[in-house]
Amino acid sequence: MPVFYGREIASRLMLGTAQYPSPAVLAEAFRRSGAGIATVSVRREAGGDRAGQDFWELIRDLDVALLPNTAGCHSVREAVTTAQMARELFDTNWIKLEVIGHGDTLQPDPFGLVEAAQALTEDGFEVFPYCTEDLVLCSRLVEVGCQVLMPWGAPIGTGLGLNNLYGLRSLRAHFPDLPLVVDAGLGLPSQAAQAIELGYDAVLLNTAVAKAGDPAAMAEGFARAVEAGALAHGADPMEPRDMAAPSTPVLGMPFK
Amino acid sequence: MSDITILGGGVAGLAMAAELSGRGAAVTVVDPAGPVGAHACSWWAGGMLAPECEGVLTEPEVVRQGRKAAEWWAGQGAEVVRNGTLVVALGRDQRELASFARRAEGVASLDRDGLKALEPHLAEHFDRALFIESEAHLDPRASLTGLQARLEGRGVRFVTEPSPSGQVIDCRGLAARDALPDLRGVKGEMLVVRCPDVTLSRPVRLLHPRFPLYIVPRPDHVFMLGATQIESGERGRASLRSVMELMNAAYALHPAFGEAELLEIGVDARPAFPDNQPRLRQGADRLYANGLFRHGFLLAPTLARMAADWLLDNRTPEVWFEDHCER
Repeated sequence: MPVFYGREIASRLMLGTAQYPSPAVLAEAFRRSGAGIATVSVRREAGGDRAGQDFWELIRDLDVALLPNTAGCHSVREAVTTAQMARELFDTNWIKLEVIGHGDTLQPDPFGLVEAAQALTEDGFEVFPYCTEDLVLCSRLVEVGCQVLMPWGAPIGTGLGLNNLYGLRSLRAHFPDLPLVVDAGLGLPSQAAQAIELGYDAVLLNTAVAKAGDPAAMAEGFARAVEAGALAHGADPMEPRDMAAPSTPVLGMPFK
Repeated sequence: MSDITILGGGVAGLAMAAELSGRGAAVTVVDPAGPVGAHACSWWAGGMLAPECEGVLTEPEVVRQGRKAAEWWAGQGAEVVRNGTLVVALGRDQRELASFARRAEGVASLDRDGLKALEPHLAEHFDRALFIESEAHLDPRASLTGLQARLEGRGVRFVTEPSPSGQVIDCRGLAARDALPDLRGVKGEMLVVRCPDVTLSRPVRLLHPRFPLYIVPRPDHVFMLGATQIESGERGRASLRSVMELMNAAYALHPAFGEAELLEIGVDARPAFPDNQPRLRQGADRLYANGLFRHGFLLAPTLARMAADWLLDNRTPEVWFEDHCER
């Protein structure tokens, strides 16, 4: 099971907590999925005087590890301030760092990301950067102290799956010992299974579950897919080959 | 004759007063803020009686009970417009229409001609829409003040100082949080604009993965644009981000909204329980009716009817009931 900053988590599934029909449905989705980590947004839209407290209490009641995020932040300063607020609110050094560089695709800003990750790491945070699968960016993030990387599969909320298999595979090969999480872009359990089959340690998703007609059933579907992916990865899959290979030789036709 | 005191004169309290007084009880409504107005969360409502649309995002019971709302409000003298609801999506979000159509009942698909026949102005910019013919809408403020006047005429007393006598029903919305620990606020921001260049005869919903919007027409080319849904108990402070998102979505719906006159920016927090469904909760000294969330006009009639069944006829409410005080 994945270990993030020295803490082992009992599931390879991480779920976001936004956009569910109700907190009760959200709780049921967590229960059926066995997800080990919940991300929670601390955007200041919730207002001062801890006006979002009631919802955050419901998230705490899920009894999973909390990973606050800086969702919706478009600048380094905004992200750093939000992270500090999150640390105070949730009493954790963990922060999922989002610095959005493009308003429409919500693509991460790689330059701001490195700068913010460095500032936060120096300030004692344990940073989970939401990044692209760019190898150079990921190397920089590791250099400034990130001990986990969270490349996207596809843009947030698209459900397109793993857009760049080559890039994700190459990242895994270059960082064999670093926890890697596919974050964002997953729409179906099969795509989550695929990420884990590639050797990724976990997947993080939100929309695919929250916006499903039956979020709890979809959450369970993802949980099972992730388990299937982990079994497959651990079982040393066969190499694909172009030629059909009968598992039993056909007598009298040795070369067919 | 039963003597009943209702705390709170918003949509829940007024519906409760209407149902109970209609069935012969002597009712007093206590609201320290005076006649229904901006202090009530329901003052900021859209006034859509749209159970099928709401069903896409909520439990089937809300749909079942919500289907009774239009008739109830019409029976109370409210001007209920039964023109249905239109649902549209922008170019690249067309797939949202398909999933909406799968998840809602009673949905018809319209092409441009079909849309043009209903809303010519909308057909200038959309060539597809969904139409839910059975739905209705009303003007929340006119309906609330109208209902209060009607109740006064019927002998319901409205006072600002509490002097509870008889049975007490607590309809104070978010203010009842002191007694209902699982009640939370869900902030909503809305706009009221006047736009002479646009005519709509029914509510229009714009599906969008990030910025969903609904527009409800009111008389004289006035439109209500709503509404954000933020997990926060804050009852004030509309943010520039929210207002901008609403305006942007309206502009995308029809560019003429770019020239609309901004009349009002409203904000309040909806009272909600964790499953976003309402409750009748019998406490030791009172019955709580709360948690109407974004379904004040849609579900207040059901809560009121069930409360009257319970208090006047000793009939146990069939849904959303919790007895915290076995008697």
